[in-house]
Amino acid sequence: MKTVSSLLDPIWYERYKRISHLNIRSSIYDVTNRCNLRCKGCFFFSSGEHHVTEEMDLKKWEAFIDKEKARGVNLAILIGGEPTLCMDRVEAFYNRLPTYLATNGLIKISRDRFPDMMVGISLWGGGDDEKILRGQDTFAVSSKNYEGDPYTYYLYTVTPKQVGKIEPVIRRIADCGLKVHLQLLSNDEGVDGFSWRPEELRDLRFEMDEMLDAFPQTVISSKYYHEVITTGMMLGRHFGWNECPSVTESMDHRRPPVRRLIHFYRWAADLQTSHRCCTSATRDCATCKDGAAHMSWIMVNKRAHIVSTKDLQNWIEVYEMFAKLYRLIPW
Amino acid sequence: MPETKKNQGIVLRVAEIIIDELKLEDITAGTFNPDMDLVDELGIDSMDLATIALVLQDEFKITIDEDDYPKLKTVQLICEYIEEKLAAGN
Repeated sequence: MKTVSSLLDPIWYERYKRISHLNIRSSIYDVTNRCNLRCKGCFFFSSGEHHVTEEMDLKKWEAFIDKEKARGVNLAILIGGEPTLCMDRVEAFYNRLPTYLATNGLIKISRDRFPDMMVGISLWGGGDDEKILRGQDTFAVSSKNYEGDPYTYYLYTVTPKQVGKIEPVIRRIADCGLKVHLQLLSNDEGVDGFSWRPEELRDLRFEMDEMLDAFPQTVISSKYYHEVITTGMMLGRHFGWNECPSVTESMDHRRPPVRRLIHFYRWAADLQTSHRCCTSATRDCATCKDGAAHMSWIMVNKRAHIVSTKDLQNWIEVYEMFAKLYRLIPW
Repeated sequence: MPETKKNQGIVLRVAEIIIDELKLEDITAGTFNPDMDLVDELGIDSMDLATIALVLQDEFKITIDEDDYPKLKTVQLICEYIEEKLAAGN
């Protein structure tokens, strides 16, 4: 029987033990239906997930968050809409739970009010792609708002048009003293020229590897994650509905049961509706490129990686990447 | 039955359940080290524990609170937990 310590040297074993007891229980919350951008390919609007009546009573938000905490949630991931349009709701989460805020970065959060809240700024490529997909170059604004912030990183959604061009984007992020994590556009709205071809995915994988080597202090990632997200394969298995771990618990009727995030929910801003998964229910799971779903897929399949030293080291690196993105361990 | 033998019976049954549920190879209940850390050595996670807990609940007619999962670190500690539950009439 393979055991963890039989596969790892003492240094790797310590790395394993540092993360093996974190026991994360995350859920995702649509803080608002409103946004100050309308990006092409944003799953929230393209799938109609904003068509719920937003709860406006802050007391109801506070009571809801208390219930979530009692349900065992220990990491709140705030998305939207644009959460910074509702700072009082963000504060209600922050005062009760470890909180991560996903934002487009156009509105600066106050570090006096949220001193150590993790912030992920969405970025959809260089200036030209951002203008096509989002209507403006958001980096120009967000990089000024968050320059040098020790609790902020860019969540860079790479598009097919960015292949071969991501180095200048990474360099700009490094120059403003921030970190970056990479994921891939899923092109939910079928914008022409933004769907992936196999050769683009292959080239991107190696480009991402090169960026990790060239900017190890800036890029929070792992080569195994690059392999899995670009190939959609892990240990000979294909990503898809029958494998995805990020499905709302009450909607998960898959049989046999799938290895999944325990007690995971994604709640709409009415505080009553839950969405199927961490992205859009209209998305084809077979072509989903969601970064969080892929890294969670790896993370919930730990024992499947206790096969060889390399497989287990790959798993540890992905879990460390996740833990760094939420500052559960230092950068 | 003497206390140690009674405990040994539970140890073996718990080890069998873990081996079956996790589909462990090259190990038997008799060779399973009851003090082996299930997380640090076997790499089990909370989903594995939830699966094992369901079987243990059925087998021993006890309830296992999810908040107690962190206590269930080894086969020996699981046995002691089961014994406490049984002694308290669950």
